This record gives sequence, C-alpha cells and structure tokens, in this order.
Amino acid sequence: MANPGKLKVEARGDREIVMTREFTAPRELVFDAFTKPGLVRQWLLGPPGWTMPVCEIDFRVGGSYRYVWRHNNGNEMGMGGVYREIVVPERIVSTEKFDEAWYPGEAVGTVLLTESGGRTTVTQVVQYSSKEARDSVLKSPMESGVAAGYDRLEQLLAQKAA
Amino acid sequence: MELHGYTQTVGSLDATFAALADPTRRAILARLAEGDASVSELAEPFAMSQPAISKHLKVLERAGLISRAREAQRRPRRLEAAPLAEASQWIETYRQFWEGQFQRLDALLDQLKSAPKKQARAKRRAHALHTHIERRTH
Repeated sequence: MANPGKLKVEARGDREIVMTREFTAPRELVFDAFTKPGLVRQWLLGPPGWTMPVCEIDFRVGGSYRYVWRHNNGNEMGMGGVYREIVVPERIVSTEKFDEAWYPGEAVGTVLLTESGGRTTVTQVVQYSSKEARDSVLKSPMESGVAAGYDRLEQLLAQKAA
Repeated sequence: MELHGYTQTVGSLDATFAALADPTRRAILARLAEGDASVSELAEPFAMSQPAISKHLKVLERAGLISRAREAQRRPRRLEAAPLAEASQWIETYRQFWEGQFQRLDALLDQLKSAPKKQARAKRRAHALHTHIERRTH
C-alpha cells in the first residue's frame, strides 16, 4: 500500500520536539505496534545495519521498558525509561534516557493517538530537560549520533583501503 | 558581519529556534521572503504598534535571520536564508530518520490488518473443505 502520511517535525517552544504522522490503520493496531515488544522490534530498528535484540516492555504505570540496538559491527546502543501514564488506546507518557546520552538530563515522551475514518494520527511530543538538550538532539539524531559515526568511519576506511 | 551594505548578526541554533517559535515573527519572515521591507511596511498587516514590531525585528536580527540596510533612509530589512536553512536541515535529518522507522511501521500495520482477514478466509476454506469431505463420506 502507498505510504499515506508524511512525517511532520517541529521544534516547539524551548524544550520540545513534536512529530506528527498519519497511519492507515485503526488506533488499536497502532497502539499495539507502539507497546507490544514483538511488534515494536519489527519496526523500531534504527538505520540500516541495526537490529533490536532487546525490547522489554513492562506495560503498566510505574513499569519500565528497555531497548537495545546492535549494529552488525558489534556496536550497541541502549535506552529505557518508566511509564508514567497509560490510556489504552490513546495516550502513553514515559520517561526516556539513553545509556550514553549525548544530551543532558532525562526526557519525557508523550504519544497521542487519534482515529478518524480508519486512519490514525500519531503525535509524539518529547520534552527535554533544557533547551540545550533539545537542540543537541536535533543536531545529532540517532542516525548521525554515536552510532552512525562508526558507520561513516567504516565507509571511510573501506574507501581508503580500496 | 557586513555584506552588500546589510548589517548581519551570526545567530546560534538556540536563537534561531527561539525566534521561529513566535507566529508574528514567522509571518514577518514570510513577508520578507517576498522582498525587502521597511519597519512600517512590516507593521502594516499586524494590529501592532511599530515599537512592538521593532522588538520582534530585534529578536530576528539577533538570530541572524534578517539584516538591515545601512545606507537607505527607510533601512529596509532583508531575509537571511542561511541560518534558516541550517535549522531546517537539522530538523530534516531528524525527520528522515523517523520517516524511515515509520515506513517500516506502515508495512507492519498493513500486515496486521490483512492477517485477521487471511485467517478468516483460511477458516472458511477449511470449513468448506470439511463440509465437502463430510458430504462425500456420508
């Protein structure tokens, strides 16, 4: 099926990043895809070359989750947090922190799902601890952060060797 | 920094995002995208005093998003594209990363949507076959 919704990303206020995207699926299904480990690890894989060997989700308020990504060169990247608020199938609030965060403090993520005519709009708001943290994330999202740095190095080395 | 007679400040990403966070300032930038304009021209579409507009212009200037002509009497403001492009490029990289994830999610959702239908079809087929066999054996 054609890709229905283009992703919109905005820097809102001083500390937030807001992402909005539409999916051609009922809300319950999208909610499952965000909260069931067996489904999450099928799409939240990161850039090419990465897999998600660890995806543990204790889905209840106060419960925690833990994600680990692994690159085929052996590098790993982990993150996790605690669920603060859950309203099935419309709202999830959780904290998030990377093991080797390149920005200060812990962030709070809110996922909102609204359904209309069989389509679900997902709004993800991540609030960082400071303006500096938010801007660091925008400057170095996951793919251009720690992880992909190694990829580029690898490519560079391959080029040099050739 | 001075370029072609326009005085320009080099802003940080912080200043750029802070400047862009305000709807009046975004409207001013949109107006300047059509061409240079003086403070009074910029104030026209808004129900705002010139000093209020000047305050917004100062924020945009500090962020390096606009510059002002030095010589002309009306000191027209001009849009500076570079910091805007830089800020939107960061957002674009971030957007592309997530769009990649979400396209996989699209595919997964399609699979999940068709899964119950397939199961139901398989069940119906199995049932039909079963009835068929039963009819033949009885």
